[in-house]
Amino acid sequence: MNHAEKHIDASDYIEAPLAPKRTRLQAFGRMLKQNRLAALGFFIFVLFFLCAVTGLILTSGTKPLFNPAMVRLEEKLRPPLSKPNLKALRPDQVPVLNVYLMGTDDLGRDVFARMLQGAWVSLTVGFVAVGISVFIGIFMGGIAGYFGQHHIKTIHILFCLCLIGGIGLIWINAASAGTALLLLCLSSIVFLLSARDKLPEKARPVWKGILLGNAVSVDTLIMRIVDIMLCFPSFFLILTVVALLPASIYNIMIVIGLTSWMGTTRFVRAEFLSLREQDFVAAAKALGIGNFRIIFRHIMPNAVAPVLVSATIGIATAILTEAGLSFLGFGVPPPHATWGNILSDGKNFIFDAPWLTFIPGIAILIVVLSFNLFGEGLRDILNPKLRERH
Amino acid sequence: MLSFIGRSVIQKTITLFFVSIVSFLIIHLAPGKPSQVNPMNPKFTPEILERFQKEFHLDKPLYVQYLYFYRDLFTGKTVSWKDNQSVLLKIWERFLNSLPLFIVGTLITWTLSFPVGIRSAIHRGGIYDRTATFLSYLLISIPGFFFAYILIIFVVNHFHVPVIGMETFGITNASIAHMIMDRIWHLLLPSVLGATGGIAILSRYVRSQMLEVEGQDYIRTAKAKGLTPDQVHYKHAFRNALLPFVTMFGLILPGLIGGSVIIETIFSWPGMGRMAYEAILARDYPVILTVNFVSAALVLAGTFVSDLLYLVVDPRIRL
Repeated sequence: MNHAEKHIDASDYIEAPLAPKRTRLQAFGRMLKQNRLAALGFFIFVLFFLCAVTGLILTSGTKPLFNPAMVRLEEKLRPPLSKPNLKALRPDQVPVLNVYLMGTDDLGRDVFARMLQGAWVSLTVGFVAVGISVFIGIFMGGIAGYFGQHHIKTIHILFCLCLIGGIGLIWINAASAGTALLLLCLSSIVFLLSARDKLPEKARPVWKGILLGNAVSVDTLIMRIVDIMLCFPSFFLILTVVALLPASIYNIMIVIGLTSWMGTTRFVRAEFLSLREQDFVAAAKALGIGNFRIIFRHIMPNAVAPVLVSATIGIATAILTEAGLSFLGFGVPPPHATWGNILSDGKNFIFDAPWLTFIPGIAILIVVLSFNLFGEGLRDILNPKLRERH
Repeated sequence: MLSFIGRSVIQKTITLFFVSIVSFLIIHLAPGKPSQVNPMNPKFTPEILERFQKEFHLDKPLYVQYLYFYRDLFTGKTVSWKDNQSVLLKIWERFLNSLPLFIVGTLITWTLSFPVGIRSAIHRGGIYDRTATFLSYLLISIPGFFFAYILIIFVVNHFHVPVIGMETFGITNASIAHMIMDRIWHLLLPSVLGATGGIAILSRYVRSQMLEVEGQDYIRTAKAKGLTPDQVHYKHAFRNALLPFVTMFGLILPGLIGGSVIIETIFSWPGMGRMAYEAILARDYPVILTVNFVSAALVLAGTFVSDLLYLVVDPRIRL
């Protein structure tokens, strides 16, 4: 009975706000409390983020507090928590806390300092690579989903081919052929402008009809590109490109980002396809709101959930990929430490100095695990089917 | 049906054509030239360089090189730039080495993940389910090379068996039983490592499929009829949950040529992955391109087979 009365009470005050009083952030905190594994993942993620930032501050500069590159040949392969031998070291070689927290490696470098330095590499690789892939994914998926039914004319394709071919030919020192192609490209622009004379379809000559006819829809084109990209064996492709390009951390980020956007594109396209037909989009269109505002203010917030989940898990994958590349000896040039190359250097001493393998290995494991757990938790949190109605 | 097959074959051929163009461009437009691999080598005089470039058509424009390369590939005449051996023969040799790893790894994956997944679906939310979930996340997250070293330390310290390579070096006049055991020990670790990620992902997938089927009405009916839990789970639920996995047989096809670079490097296993890795280091373009092409073809063939299997297995799909 009590319940029924309350119900009537609520309907009396119809002006009272009916929306849930919790903000999104509060709902998020509540959900984290219920999903303990995800909360653990989130906690470790925050911890890792702080570690990476402090690590960057403490290990960079001309006189860093922890010097990851300081070689102490007298202090090779000391186990974790061992005291430095003060007699053998110059004052500036003594580690800050007067103890090797994680031991030293085969050149006597402080593993703790190297791990701090490597944390930043892992963090930036994960975030920048995923940032690139999410950006491309949203862009391509958004276009395919929202403008998918539009068609590309044959002349557009010819135009692009001429442009790319021309620039490419000039780039590889075939200037005459390249210029010819660029001129052809210009002529196609002229043709497009001149073809605006609203002639009825039948009055066009055949060749004009072909050139102005519809070739493929935008959706088909983008999805075929996705199919093509999915055919490449991803780790092998990344390895090839990274090996051929000059070694640098930015190349790794860009290459990982450029080879992992296909999943996001598919998610975003699927979301856009269903959201495009919803009433609120029709209402927005009726209000005369521009396409880009509809896409970014109205559709995107509704489509972002699966993207967030796949991005979180994508960060984990990117960190693993970078570690694998560093392990194989590609990527960041040697004096700079990454978790992958600490492990790769340490593997030669696996029976004498197992901490050189275990410390970076466990660090990678924990960070990747936290991202995976948090991502899976996020999937549950953002899933409207599992959301409680308040 | 026939029109579906025809359409997808045409579509996949076009995709493959573009893949071949893209991979060719990626390789050839990257900075550096294959002729610069070893500039310090005194034997590499400018005359030899010129001959080398002429021999492998490197002095021609890019599209001519492309045509030459794929003409050679389809007539089976492509040779490695490093040792002048036929690329297809090389790949075939390495493929035979990788094959046992692949077979054992796949067997381990499929035989382990089904019982684990089904059990966690039946005892959903229980301690077993939660442990299995956590373990599978652990297995997905662990870097393969780190796990490899943990296993190596463990196996070498506790069983005192050699694990690196395909067989113990110089083992020729041992007894047959000894040799077989030796091969098995060498095979075990890399294939277990190759299977870890697969077990984790597949068992999660089995679990979610089983959960979906267990929620269906006909399962409630079966329970209401008074069938034993075993009959309900394995006869009614499992058979229906099995459907998507039949099609996954197509999707494991690309794994045939993949071969993990990292694991094969750690265990000095002379397989596909390592050959590709060495080819990358040596800028042996024909090998890189051929491996890329073959694996792309296998991916496309795999999706094709899995589509076909769906058609055959699922009576609800009719084209």
